[in-house]
Amino acid sequence: MSTCSSLSPEVLRLDAGKEAERIEASIRELVFRQLKRKGAVVGVSGGIDSAVVTALCTRALGKERVVALFTPEADSSPESLRLGRLLAESLGVRSALEDISSILKAARCYERRDESIRKAVPEYGDGYKSKIVLPGLGEANQYALFSIIVQSPAGDTRRVRLTPPAYLGIVAATNFKQRTRKMMEYHYADLLQYAVAGTPNRLEYDQGFFVKNGDGAADFKPIAHLYKSQVYQLAAYLGVPEEIQRRPPTTDTYSLEQSQEEFYFSLPLDKMDLCLYGWNHGIPAAALTSSLGMEEEQVQRMYGIIESKRAAARYLRSAPLLVQKVEGIADTQFAGE
Amino acid sequence: MFDESTIAHQVREFIMSNFLYGQERLLLDTDSFLGEGIVDSTGVLQLVAFLEETYGIAVPDEDLTPENLDSINSVSAYLCRKTNVLVGDAAVSGAATRGNV
Repeated sequence: MSTCSSLSPEVLRLDAGKEAERIEASIRELVFRQLKRKGAVVGVSGGIDSAVVTALCTRALGKERVVALFTPEADSSPESLRLGRLLAESLGVRSALEDISSILKAARCYERRDESIRKAVPEYGDGYKSKIVLPGLGEANQYALFSIIVQSPAGDTRRVRLTPPAYLGIVAATNFKQRTRKMMEYHYADLLQYAVAGTPNRLEYDQGFFVKNGDGAADFKPIAHLYKSQVYQLAAYLGVPEEIQRRPPTTDTYSLEQSQEEFYFSLPLDKMDLCLYGWNHGIPAAALTSSLGMEEEQVQRMYGIIESKRAAARYLRSAPLLVQKVEGIADTQFAGE
Repeated sequence: MFDESTIAHQVREFIMSNFLYGQERLLLDTDSFLGEGIVDSTGVLQLVAFLEETYGIAVPDEDLTPENLDSINSVSAYLCRKTNVLVGDAAVSGAATRGNV
């Protein structure tokens, strides 16, 4: 491909049938032979990624060897559970429902979060809703700092830039959600001698859009190499219910509806896909401007943001580090590496 | 009241103690915080909070740019403008004001 011409989204087109077959063979190899587990547990969110992973596991391992786990909590949209159930029914897999709200309350997840929000918005209390957001990629070359949007019980909203203690406190509290979900997934994995399937796509895996030891933890991650638009192609091929395919990606973590774009990526996911592809393949920013409808300078800035987030995500992906290699134990990371 | 050399020194101290953890490395006054991997996006949030609290200024969204915040020199120059401190050549020109840290 010439790097002088315009980069088309068609570069992300894949042969969905072949790719599904390849991933399914890999899942069988990983689960049965390498991990030596009898099946797979998938945390099902009602979104496209977990739907595709569940469908692939079902085709690879058999529907009797897959459990779809629903873990709603107080801030979850009811749609998430409804769509999760729709998926499990369409695939014919077993499912389990674990409402994690009481665990989160016991850990003071909501209290800790609200205490941190009050550092930025003192009046925040009962009946208020909130989400944290990043500004979109604007015209000016500005750093993107997190703000909180709060909605009062009367419906008024306001946006306040977060201080470090407020931001870190909110994130540390809400991360209980992903970690509690993972704890539940491993509970079922232990019960059934199954492996836990992770559901990140390439954007999430590369850019660190996950919680360490939360949704970032898994025994295998079968779609971590796929761009988001490729996940949609597989979803269509696999016959994932239309409603799930049409649902806009959401974090489903905060009490106000929050898109992944405003929480993390600063760009719509199809544009983010193309930027990441361009950066990975050394394609000049100028070749992306017409496909993205962006200025060359903006694409160049996105390249910088991608590299910066990738660097920050190294900590998130890192396994525990050792001082030295431990004899007889392979696959360890140590300080000398 | 702050003078330009005090500001540059304080910014350097902040970066060293919060992001470099006493590592034995050379930090140039012109080194890009983000480009060198010294500060990430949460670090920028912390830097802005430090500037607002220490110097009693407000950093509006339109000032959140690399031109203002991406090196010791750029932060010092920005602060000097915000606090109306007269700026001398040595403080902001990047004239080899290295600190072996």
